Amino acid sequence: METILETKNLTMNFGGIKALDRVDLDVRQGEICALIGPNGAGKTTFFNCITGIYPPSEGDVFISPPAGKRKRINGLPVHRVTARGLARTFQNIRLFPDMTVLENVMVGRHCRTKAGVLGAIFRDRITRKEEKAVVTRSYAILERIGLADLANALARNLPYGDQRRLEIARALATEPFLLLLDEPAAGMNPRETEALEELILRIKTEEQISILMIEHDMRMVMSISDRIFVLDYGKKIAEGTAAEIWENPVVIKAYLGEEFDA
Amino acid sequence: MKRLAELRESLVIALWFMFLTFPILVIQVNTIEKTIIWRWQNLLYVGIGSFALSFVWRYFIGKAAAGGRASGERAEEKTSILQRITADSRFSRSAILLTALIALAFPFLSSTYQVNIMTTALMYVVLGLGLNIVVGQAGLLHLGYVAFYAVGAYTYALLYQHFGIGFWTALPLGALMAMVFGLLLGFPVLRLRGDYLAIVTLGFGEITRIVLENWSEFSSGPSGISEIPRPGFFNLAMDLEESTIYLYFLMVGFVLFTIFVTNRLQNSRIGRAWLALREDEVACEAMGVNKTVAKMTAFALGSTWAGMMGVVFAAKTTFVNPASFTFLESAMILSIVVLGGMGSTLGVILASFLLILLPEYLRAFSDYRMLLFGTIMVVMMIFRPQGIITNIRRTYEYHFERKQNGAPDASV
Repeated sequence: METILETKNLTMNFGGIKALDRVDLDVRQGEICALIGPNGAGKTTFFNCITGIYPPSEGDVFISPPAGKRKRINGLPVHRVTARGLARTFQNIRLFPDMTVLENVMVGRHCRTKAGVLGAIFRDRITRKEEKAVVTRSYAILERIGLADLANALARNLPYGDQRRLEIARALATEPFLLLLDEPAAGMNPRETEALEELILRIKTEEQISILMIEHDMRMVMSISDRIFVLDYGKKIAEGTAAEIWENPVVIKAYLGEEFDA
Repeated sequence: MKRLAELRESLVIALWFMFLTFPILVIQVNTIEKTIIWRWQNLLYVGIGSFALSFVWRYFIGKAAAGGRASGERAEEKTSILQRITADSRFSRSAILLTALIALAFPFLSSTYQVNIMTTALMYVVLGLGLNIVVGQAGLLHLGYVAFYAVGAYTYALLYQHFGIGFWTALPLGALMAMVFGLLLGFPVLRLRGDYLAIVTLGFGEITRIVLENWSEFSSGPSGISEIPRPGFFNLAMDLEESTIYLYFLMVGFVLFTIFVTNRLQNSRIGRAWLALREDEVACEAMGVNKTVAKMTAFALGSTWAGMMGVVFAAKTTFVNPASFTFLESAMILSIVVLGGMGSTLGVILASFLLILLPEYLRAFSDYRMLLFGTIMVVMMIFRPQGIITNIRRTYEYHFERKQNGAPDASV
């Protein structure tokens, strides 16, 4: 399997604090990878670094889209990273609360469409066609995610679980090859988590989109991840399959603290 | 118990007002005869007045708070009568027809003076709608809008003075010039957010005015440029009255054009991006919207409209000088947008008529104009922070029933 995302020596300093310390990580085509670690381990910083919100202090981020060449993307502005095929969701939901569910997804289509000011004013044939395609496509995404019947509701009136799903739908609208999910199951009840699990698996198999997610729900991480990376204090301390991580003493130590032998 | 507390509160308020207004309203110094007149009866009026008003005030505050609580989460579903009226197509169609008839008949039924005032009001409608693109749609607080208005006006004035260029050629040039200035300013400034952006745009507005005032070789300073021709119509000779009416109809055309364009913009890819940008900048960027381009577009488009109106302004008054482009003008246009309801076209139109026509017709109160202005603003912000007409955006709706025929349809 091909590697589609690769970081080499990725380091992020905030003043004197190393939030990320030489992290090497790779995601392969068709994988679900999980990034875990205690609070403050630098997981979200890692996401922010690869999506361009922070330029990394050192190290490189490479992407190799399935239909493209390997490219270095550090320092690219956020919207260009999205255009290259990395889409993300946020730990604290960041929808457009006063726009409808459908419109939220339509914004996701922005980077795949072209209509400009003149197109908007004259509303020529091409623009109308594009606009129609945006609506149809966005609606289709909502259907697949299971939010179609809420298409005309305002995003802020959605229940919590649906807001999380809408964020995923919006990210899918940008046509990514890799979806970055920042704690998608946070605050969900077990039933919602199960539905989410099923959704993530479906995205992987039906849409051929690979997934890298930060998650604290260990049951979910263990059951759906192909590989897991563990961060602690900005360093990658382990990687491997669910079973390997489960047994790894270093990981257990990071999570539960050192054992004292009397 | 509650009554007693309210009574005491009102009493304190009354005492405060009496104390605060004492130096202005009670003491009157006659500097010639060197005597002091003590107008104690004024103190009494202020006391009684503020005591009574504080009850009225409390009643309305209480009502507003109770209304907010009762409707609770359904607040946004609650629509005002005005909104329901505008939403009803039968009614709005006849309203539009009526407005059109009035607009057409107006110049022939009233004096030149009235037509002139109305033209000014229409200019502010266009300015308000232009600023609405920047402030209402893209959410960028812009306090220097008048600078671009000035750019447009001076473009026409100078082009005429030096090259004898007429109104119709100057109109696109003034708009273009303002757009260029908008882009020039926008480029360094738009990385700032909120308050900082407001301060910088405010500064730019003042800088433009001061430059025009002091750079006499360029703009002939405070004395301004005069004898700018009114808009022509195929070299037809028009007397003052005719050209006033002509300008009025021109402005009606401009208003229609602006409404058309801003509506189209609002319901487009770029309009969606602006809206998303206003709601959440970080998420918007992460969804692939180029923040800089989106903001610049809004800024440049808003400036274009100001530039166009600047040309019209120069042609209408036939004279420009820097005194017409003070911060007050920016504040006025911004007030129109805020008072009307950010993003709402009808609100902006109503607000500009209110703010421009009221002072004209209430000439008697012209001294208190700014005072009234402030009061209206404060009261508005407390009771209707969304503006006269809350903008109910036309949202994209997906019609399910048509989908069965295999033809998905979306309407705006």
